[in-house]
Amino acid sequence: MNRADGLQVGPDGRLRHLLTTEGLPAEMVRRILDTADQFVSVSEREVKKVPLLRGRSVFNVFFEGSTRTRTTFEIAAKRLSADVINLNVAVSSTSKGETLLDTVYNLQAMDADMFVVRHAQSGAAHLIARHVKPGVAVINAGDGRHAHPTQGLLDMYTIRHYKKDFSALTVAIVGDVLHSRVARSQIHALKTLGVPDVRVVGPATLIPAAVERMGVRVFRDMQQGIRDSDVVIMLRLQNERMNGALLPSAGEFFKCYGLTAEKLARAKPDAIVMHPGPMNRGVEIDSPVADGRQSVILPQVTFGIAVRMAVMSMLGSP
Amino acid sequence: MNVEIRGARIVDPASGRDEKASLWIADGRIAAIGAAPAGFGADETIEAAGLVACPGLVDLSARLREPGFEYKATLESEMAAAAAGGVTTLACPPDTDPPLDEPGLVEMLTRRASAVHGTRVHPLGALTTGLRGERLAEMVELAEAGCIGFFQGNAALPDNATLLQAMRYAVTFGFTVWLRPQDRALAAGGVAHEGEVATRLGLPPIPAIAETVATRTIVELMQATGARVHLARLSAGATLDIVARAKAKGLPLTCDVGVHHLHLCDRDIAGFDALANLAPPLRDPSDRERLRRGLADGLIDAVCSDHTPVDDDAKLVPFGEAEPGATGLELLLPLTLQWGRASGLGLAATLSAITTRPAAILGVAAGTLAVGAPADVCLFDPERGWVVKPEALASQGKNTPFMGLELTGRVVRTLVAGRTVHGA
Repeated sequence: MNRADGLQVGPDGRLRHLLTTEGLPAEMVRRILDTADQFVSVSEREVKKVPLLRGRSVFNVFFEGSTRTRTTFEIAAKRLSADVINLNVAVSSTSKGETLLDTVYNLQAMDADMFVVRHAQSGAAHLIARHVKPGVAVINAGDGRHAHPTQGLLDMYTIRHYKKDFSALTVAIVGDVLHSRVARSQIHALKTLGVPDVRVVGPATLIPAAVERMGVRVFRDMQQGIRDSDVVIMLRLQNERMNGALLPSAGEFFKCYGLTAEKLARAKPDAIVMHPGPMNRGVEIDSPVADGRQSVILPQVTFGIAVRMAVMSMLGSP
Repeated sequence: MNVEIRGARIVDPASGRDEKASLWIADGRIAAIGAAPAGFGADETIEAAGLVACPGLVDLSARLREPGFEYKATLESEMAAAAAGGVTTLACPPDTDPPLDEPGLVEMLTRRASAVHGTRVHPLGALTTGLRGERLAEMVELAEAGCIGFFQGNAALPDNATLLQAMRYAVTFGFTVWLRPQDRALAAGGVAHEGEVATRLGLPPIPAIAETVATRTIVELMQATGARVHLARLSAGATLDIVARAKAKGLPLTCDVGVHHLHLCDRDIAGFDALANLAPPLRDPSDRERLRRGLADGLIDAVCSDHTPVDDDAKLVPFGEAEPGATGLELLLPLTLQWGRASGLGLAATLSAITTRPAAILGVAAGTLAVGAPADVCLFDPERGWVVKPEALASQGKNTPFMGLELTGRVVRTLVAGRTVHGA
């Protein structure tokens, strides 16, 4: 279905770009997670650097603002000894500025080896990957509602770290699935790794059409949706979702779908709680849960660096 | 000038004729089929053995891009494309820049088009000034300038009050209102059919109900006003149920489908192929099946190219920012033939969807090889395969999701009023 397959993995089986977790072979996902294992130890060393990308230029090109994601990519690239250039290209689709591809061609002319791209339009990273020179790698750092594969992969890393085995897990993804590229990347990765029960939980206004065709079960009721789950993933609810007719208020959303200790008690006692950040405390998650013993939200961030190092090293090594 | 077309298989959907015979043209009109008229001396004889001669095709929607979008296409390039596609009569939508909302613009367009001496061009006037959906355009003036109907293009009317008044005004003068049924609010921000593919790709959706809700409203207002309406570019199978009921009631309703929607579906946008970004969006395979059957059984009155030349720059952008549309004039015949074969239709029945039936919607003397009719003729080789490549297209627009694919059926020669306008 998704023709990224040939685009991201070359005929030699090597990763050429990372655009989406959809269609990424399980073996490739495991290889990324295994490679990340090695980089976790790098991050714990006194000298947190390895020379794998020395002399290579990584361009962080963010057409949509994000400090946190850009920073984690920057740290990952620097720990691999790459030269990092950050560009915040805040453009609106209507502005008569340079086209996306012109921007990319210009940066390519500055001998970029790797692009880390975030863009408000779904498919932007695919477009770039189709037009860069051979040997130049593209990492999708979030495109519209479509994909955020490194986030999906770091979530898999986190789940594997705490749960070891994917084959008997129940994972509940709660909240604004409709607008979430993170949820889509998680769902594909979880299905690829063989998780038998992936659930999405939310009101009908925030669950996209035919999402069950992606292999998930849809729950309207949160209590039922997270019952007996091993992993509860809370999605960020953007403030602007309150402006339209999707939701009446943040308060009502929290009442129905916010994760509280009481609701979490429905999940398995050893369930872990995840969130891609940044959190809205009191909207999708209650502070005692966010800071509680089941929360692995901060380890997610730490693992995120290692996973991004893994992806970059696999893409950038000659 | 007298022309004999010799040895062709003559297919005339209007009369049901399908036989090998000679076609005789005199003074720009069909003079006879079969035996030569008494005293006929041919100035030119076209050897057409192995070819099909049918009425020149009638296309209900071809954007010529003038005025305003000459960087996408020009009148000359697109009329050459029409001739190369066997299209001898076309209606062009008013969504130019400025839109066709003033008699002067329409007159200039028809004058420029007639100077090219090719395909007959029938402009559709803007239904509202600037297609803004606020004030009605000067329909009477525009009709006098040559508009054969009034269309809102892809810009849906903002409210039902404007739609109601537009219908009332049009019915006063017997004009046909052309509408692409799409509820503006339900479609707002959307770029792809709401379904599995859009969900996977994270593309903002346009639900099928955006079309069905709008169609129901239009039918209600037709009943209230008596207006004659043509529904342009249906995309959702469920719309056909509403159309069937309205037609059964005897409402003066006709409809068409774009040829791409007979062959493609939302699966074809996977990989974010901006060339498959169309308006209306490509929908589910089940919708495509309903459209194919609806055209075969006559519920859908005609198929059109919905020809929309788009420049590369407007397609080399992320899917959601791409300008919708595909080049189509030169693909209309082979794609219609492909649909007809797959539907088990004979050649006459197949060709009626791009000749007789659309001509009836336009109410023009076209789409027939009847003796005395204008000698607009399309000669094509039904077996010839050709690969869709940029250099194979006369249109300035090379934007087609069929790029690189092989199609069967190629126009060899096109005549308008007995004059060859394509091929030699």
